[in-house]
Amino acid sequence: MQRFLHQFCITLAFLIPSSVYAAWELNMPRGVTDTSNTVYDLHMLILWICVAIGVVVFGVMFWSIIYHRKSQGAKAAQFHESTTVEVIWTVIPFLILIGMAVPSTSVLIDMYDSSESDIDIQVTGYQCKWQYKYLNEDIDFFSTMTTPKVEIANEQEKNPNYLLEVDNELVVPINKKVRFLFTANDVIHAWWVPELAVKKDAIPGFINESWTRINEVGTYRGQCAELCGKDHGFMPIVVKAVTQADYDIWISEQKATAQAVAAAANQEWSIEDLVAKGETVYQKNCAGCHMVDGSGLPPAFPALNGNDVVLGDIEKHMDIMVNGVPGSAMAAYGKQLSAVELAAVITYKRNTWDNKTGEVISPADVKAYMSK
Amino acid sequence: MSEQTLTLDDHDHHEHGPAKGFLRWVFTTNHKDIGTMYLIFSLVMFLIGGMMAFVIRAELFQPGMQLVDPGFFNQMTTMHGLIMVFGAVMPGFVGLANWQIPLMVGAPDMALPRMNNWSFWILPFAFTMLLSTLFMEGGAPGFGWTFYAPLSTTYAPPSVTFFIFAIHMMGISSIMGAMNIIVTLFNMRAPGMGLMQMPMFAWSWLITAFLLVAVMPVLAAVVTMMLMDIHFATSFFSAAGGGDPVLFQHIFWFFGHPEVYIMILPAFGVVSEIIPTFSRKKLFGYHSMVYALIAIALLSFVVWAHHMFTVGMPIGGQLFFMYATMLIAVPTGVKVFNWVATMFKGSLTFETPMLFAVAFVVLFTVGGFSGIMLAIAPVDFQYQDTYFVVAHFHYVLVPGAVFGIVAGVYYWLPKWTGKMYDESLGKMHFWLSFVGLNLTFFPMHFVGLAGMPRRIPDYALQFADFNMMASMGAFLFGTSQLVFVYLVIKTVRSGKEAAQVPWESAEGLEWTLPTPLPYHTFTTPPVIEHK
Amino acid sequence: MNLSTPRGLVVLVVLMFGFGFALVPLYDVFCEITGLNGKTAGQYEGELASGENIQSRQVTMQFIVNKNDNLPWEFKPNDVQMKVATGERKDTTYRVRNTYNTAAVAQAVPSVSPSAAAEYLHKIECFCFEQQPLEAGQAVDMPLTFVVDPELPEGIDKITLSYTLFDITNSTAPASDPHKVKKVDN
Repeated sequence: MQRFLHQFCITLAFLIPSSVYAAWELNMPRGVTDTSNTVYDLHMLILWICVAIGVVVFGVMFWSIIYHRKSQGAKAAQFHESTTVEVIWTVIPFLILIGMAVPSTSVLIDMYDSSESDIDIQVTGYQCKWQYKYLNEDIDFFSTMTTPKVEIANEQEKNPNYLLEVDNELVVPINKKVRFLFTANDVIHAWWVPELAVKKDAIPGFINESWTRINEVGTYRGQCAELCGKDHGFMPIVVKAVTQADYDIWISEQKATAQAVAAAANQEWSIEDLVAKGETVYQKNCAGCHMVDGSGLPPAFPALNGNDVVLGDIEKHMDIMVNGVPGSAMAAYGKQLSAVELAAVITYKRNTWDNKTGEVISPADVKAYMSK
Repeated sequence: MSEQTLTLDDHDHHEHGPAKGFLRWVFTTNHKDIGTMYLIFSLVMFLIGGMMAFVIRAELFQPGMQLVDPGFFNQMTTMHGLIMVFGAVMPGFVGLANWQIPLMVGAPDMALPRMNNWSFWILPFAFTMLLSTLFMEGGAPGFGWTFYAPLSTTYAPPSVTFFIFAIHMMGISSIMGAMNIIVTLFNMRAPGMGLMQMPMFAWSWLITAFLLVAVMPVLAAVVTMMLMDIHFATSFFSAAGGGDPVLFQHIFWFFGHPEVYIMILPAFGVVSEIIPTFSRKKLFGYHSMVYALIAIALLSFVVWAHHMFTVGMPIGGQLFFMYATMLIAVPTGVKVFNWVATMFKGSLTFETPMLFAVAFVVLFTVGGFSGIMLAIAPVDFQYQDTYFVVAHFHYVLVPGAVFGIVAGVYYWLPKWTGKMYDESLGKMHFWLSFVGLNLTFFPMHFVGLAGMPRRIPDYALQFADFNMMASMGAFLFGTSQLVFVYLVIKTVRSGKEAAQVPWESAEGLEWTLPTPLPYHTFTTPPVIEHK
Repeated sequence: MNLSTPRGLVVLVVLMFGFGFALVPLYDVFCEITGLNGKTAGQYEGELASGENIQSRQVTMQFIVNKNDNLPWEFKPNDVQMKVATGERKDTTYRVRNTYNTAAVAQAVPSVSPSAAAEYLHKIECFCFEQQPLEAGQAVDMPLTFVVDPELPEGIDKITLSYTLFDITNSTAPASDPHKVKKVDN
């Protein structure tokens, strides 16, 4: 209880700065695609129809409330049936509904367009991150939230893109038909970017598709929309729409980076460099469950500080990092991290907190293990 | 026939008063006692579920994680939903039915009194089991009240097994309660009361009871499949073994959509009793009201997939479920128009039950409008799983179902207790609740449209202001329910004697009975005169 | 009193409980008819419609893979994309390698998008019809033979066939379980 009160006081103290971000957005964004604009128009049309019906129905009701009060001397009428009236107010709503159904149907048919696309991207939902695979470009990366833990814990002022920022954005060109193929690695997720009016469930074992054609250059942010576990609120989506020229540059950069990463694995690394790099890798990928100080959240997420595997056999440690622990929350990082990152994070874990083995695991060791 | 039932089923009720002490409540087969227990149980669950809502709204008061961790937040949203649906709203309506149905159709008791006792007493055990999961290793279920597989199967905490058995027990309880109501209404109506002379509340419960009997077994089936997937290596919902996680959603919502009507139809019944009384005018369009109820119930079986428009259905399926869902607006509209027509040219007064009933009509209709918007599949892609949905179903459930129960309690409390409640406290309860709930749930429409997904423990900064407003509204709404608790206790302890008919023009068999109400009523069936 | 009402209701409850389970096969039938969710049918044994008025046309077949639950195995299509004529029989292969140091069993689960195309993609031979036991470190090329039905609706220019690989080494379901057996023909 005391802790609660304490927390509540902290909450109150934060009240004032938070009003700085005042935003009284009332409505759906118009968005930046033709589809999102038609969806917006349809949304407004239905809304105004509902408002009109509401005005009529509540108008009659409030008129009765005001003028047919007993205190106003109103005497109750005796009617309690009228087939004509009842037929009328069954038929009229039906006609209004047909009026709504016609535009809705055409918008829906438009959304189901499965003609040839320019770019195909496979989107895979993981428990708390997204993977994007450009199917014709051999580009493949994970997109993870970058909002620092200190901002979430209210220890530092929140930046304007709080919870809506990622390390690797999904980059797509404007005016091109981009087709998404959604699937998931574990549970059901849903990929949603309001400004594109695309929301589709990503279901393990199945694929779903959707498409978009963005009209304007810009950065568009969204979130996972289907409850997918404890970090459901922390797997944002950031789409960066660029011109075709910029897109081509980005593609070549991605390919160059991939080569550089491969080259880095062949370099010599000092223990200091590995530990420093390992710390950032750890913060991003491991600290969520195993905690920043390596204390974990037993029993689901074991402590790494003083852990038998971390202090024990290197092969076993690499095995868990590369292949994960089947049937547990421990993911296989063999595909998600590069050899350098794996070597760095393993070295870091073996040389931080109370773990002082002094051992260095080089990227070459990791590569050797993985190709065995 | 009713007299015969009495002698057959009520061996131990030859004396004309209740037994004394705690065991009275354990062994009672009296519909009034059981109704009271259901209502008290419902109130307790409402307060427990409300405290969970407090935790949720306190965490969402502003951006950042302050009070709880995300895992516990999910457990709170899950338990809040389960407790409010299965613990507060459904038992609340069963409580009203237990009290009122025998009184309104002139029956001495429910048709199956022992089963009635049993169906109540399962509930405390079921909910103790459900709540105990909060203290288990790995925590309580955190996969939402809709428990989508595989989050609720392969990726569930160990406590999911207790959750499954709790659901089974609640299901058995509901099914028995519903069967009892159907048998009572079919066999124990006062001689001369045909089906089309039944009060609207009885009609609404008859339809609800059929829905319960039809869909609760489907819920039982789906949780049984989950149990088998988790413990017996079947693959109903796992793609690896040839199953399909989406199948879970289809079966769940086949139960789930009729379920939402189970939670609202009895409220329609209550409101259809109250509005004519305080309008001093007969209910407009009794027949069309009955037909509308039936139409809503039938349509509820063919609209389930509108809860899953983003799941990737073929366009034909999408269109079918969109059209069928829109169609529900027609009978629902008829009901609203009829209520308004009942008030039109009446002689209105606004005692507390009427205030709640009028608020019901207005705010339920607001929830209905957002329902029509959600039915439009292409736009629903933007609404699905956002706070817009949360706003929608809270508008139909809080000022809908909950106000329906509360209105019914205010309306019949003088008859049940023989005492009159404090009218000014009642009005205060109404206005505080009304302001509180609109402050809570209306801003949710805005944050939902602006892009805030539901079931998240923390949110981006642009949603901060409306969330703070919603949290303040929730604290107001929550605390103002304590006024109601105080009012009920005060009425029972020191309320003024109520008149036999406390409302000027209330009609119905329950008002022909003396106040205070004897422990056994209608031991000889009343005579229904035909007009 | 009259017991027929409660008896009828008990029967209804039992029937509806059964109906819940009956939804499982009903859903499968429904999926096969409508292609809901991109489920594909089992081995194709039918005859393709032929005749003068059915025109063959070019569509793009796209092959994608996915691995469930962070499975570290190597799994990739040897053809990422190919142009096929409808009615034409085509072969392709997928490469899979067990990276564990123990033997394991995997199952590939197919899914087709757009789902409306699912019923027009016929698999004549597919590795997904069977479980795949692999020794430690073993790599194989798994075959797939398919044909796209010439009656594929207009407007579908590209069909994506996805396989998700599941590690099923530890699922020890008894073979008598009907649902488990079903997957073999899926």
